[in-house]
Amino acid sequence: MSRRDLGLGLLTTLVLWQLLAWVIGRTVFPPPAKVLAAFVQDIPGDLGRHFLISAWRVSAAIILSVLTAVPLGLGLGQIATLNRLFSPLIYIVYPIPKIVLLPVILVLLGSGDTSKIFIIAIILFFQVLVVVRDAAADLRPELILSVRSIGAGRRALYRFVYLPAAIPAVLTALRVSVGTAIAVLFIAESFATTSGLGYYIITETWGVLKYAEMYSGVLAMSLLGLSLYFVVDVLDRRLCPWREAR
Amino acid sequence: MIAVADLTFTYPNSVTIFEGFSWHVARGEVWAVIGESGCGKSTLLMLIAGLHQPTAGSVLVAGERLERPRPSTGLILQDYGLLPWATVWDNVALGLKIRRFYGPDGKHAPAGEDLATWAERVDHWLARLNIAHVARRYPNQISGGQRQRTAIARTLVLRPDLLLMDEPFGALDAVTREDLQALTMELHTEQGLTTVIVTHNIEDAATMGQRILVLGQFPHRRAVTVDNPAAGQPGHRTSAEFLAICNHLRSLLGGVSDEPA
Repeated sequence: MSRRDLGLGLLTTLVLWQLLAWVIGRTVFPPPAKVLAAFVQDIPGDLGRHFLISAWRVSAAIILSVLTAVPLGLGLGQIATLNRLFSPLIYIVYPIPKIVLLPVILVLLGSGDTSKIFIIAIILFFQVLVVVRDAAADLRPELILSVRSIGAGRRALYRFVYLPAAIPAVLTALRVSVGTAIAVLFIAESFATTSGLGYYIITETWGVLKYAEMYSGVLAMSLLGLSLYFVVDVLDRRLCPWREAR
Repeated sequence: MIAVADLTFTYPNSVTIFEGFSWHVARGEVWAVIGESGCGKSTLLMLIAGLHQPTAGSVLVAGERLERPRPSTGLILQDYGLLPWATVWDNVALGLKIRRFYGPDGKHAPAGEDLATWAERVDHWLARLNIAHVARRYPNQISGGQRQRTAIARTLVLRPDLLLMDEPFGALDAVTREDLQALTMELHTEQGLTTVIVTHNIEDAATMGQRILVLGQFPHRRAVTVDNPAAGQPGHRTSAEFLAICNHLRSLLGGVSDEPA
């Protein structure tokens, strides 16, 4: 998206927000100016700290899920026996909303960072796994044959074919699931914790009726999601220039 | 160069393509293998390339039994097999990168090959095949002819002694096709490459193949061959001999039979 389009989108959002604030006319829906003031005031302090904690949790979860799901997805996509063995399991487990396991994970892993990172990571793990597996399985056999014919064994195939083929798949999976990751982060941070944007929104502001501050937390969470999208976009342009070159 | 002896090949779905089949290719020859689609001509190429293993009998290339693709055999497949995420330059360099990845182990790469000048070798073949100007583009940004040239450059940069091509000119327009046919014959003369071209097109076979192997209905039990010594020489395509060869091939394809005549 161009910078001009981005600015235009931002302006439209602000105008609609202001209109809604007028129409609703209650403290629970403050106008943008009030929220932005609260945001600017709080971001160097408390809000900024919670933002960084949340950003760390979601980034760690993304890295963890990619590092585990990519090798496994490549293996499943290329080794038919392995896929036959595991695909029924994945088929059954994939649609389970992993967030319902949160209480169990809180008991097992405690209420610290680990449980939050873990719940986000398992959700992303399945998204990345399935997309990478399909990308590896969809590689045309002629492509594999011709690369094998110029000397590639299994190791070289991973290095020169499967891995580069997985990168766009990973980025697509992340683009689709970053939103889910943030939503899960919010739920995971909204109870049994003392830090993160979820905690800031639910306990520190909503709980004490500080609505403008609450919305500045929402704004921070949106910015977190937006910056993750942005990072994925930049990586896509950097790592997969051939996708734009069509 | 290629000695196929008493070859039997059966696919896992129990379709037998070759049964006691023998065929011989001498060093430096240009062979065309012609047959309808699904007749097993690509299977033969895969066997020679070391990508399929015979069920029985043997396929020897340069006197060696193949257990894996041989580093000095070049294979060019119908849809070029280029990596979509790599530029033309990187695609041409792929084989050399793989050799650098393994080191000269004699298994994936010829033992004792000096790869110090690998990048110059890539540049040389890009220039020789006239695709240096598209070196930074991706396969989806260049023409079919340029893609085929990229595939040929990727193979020749590895200095093969045997070139196997599967329907190399199938998807190209007439002008590009003739252009690349001429180029292939030129490269054959220049490099002394033993070449096997698989095609379903009678005119392609008669244009390129100094010797032609005709495959009818499988299972193939004996090699039906046609000599075409004038192939590749100037004016061949417009000669009466060319038409005669085409007609002969046409009649053979209509009625190739494995029953003794």
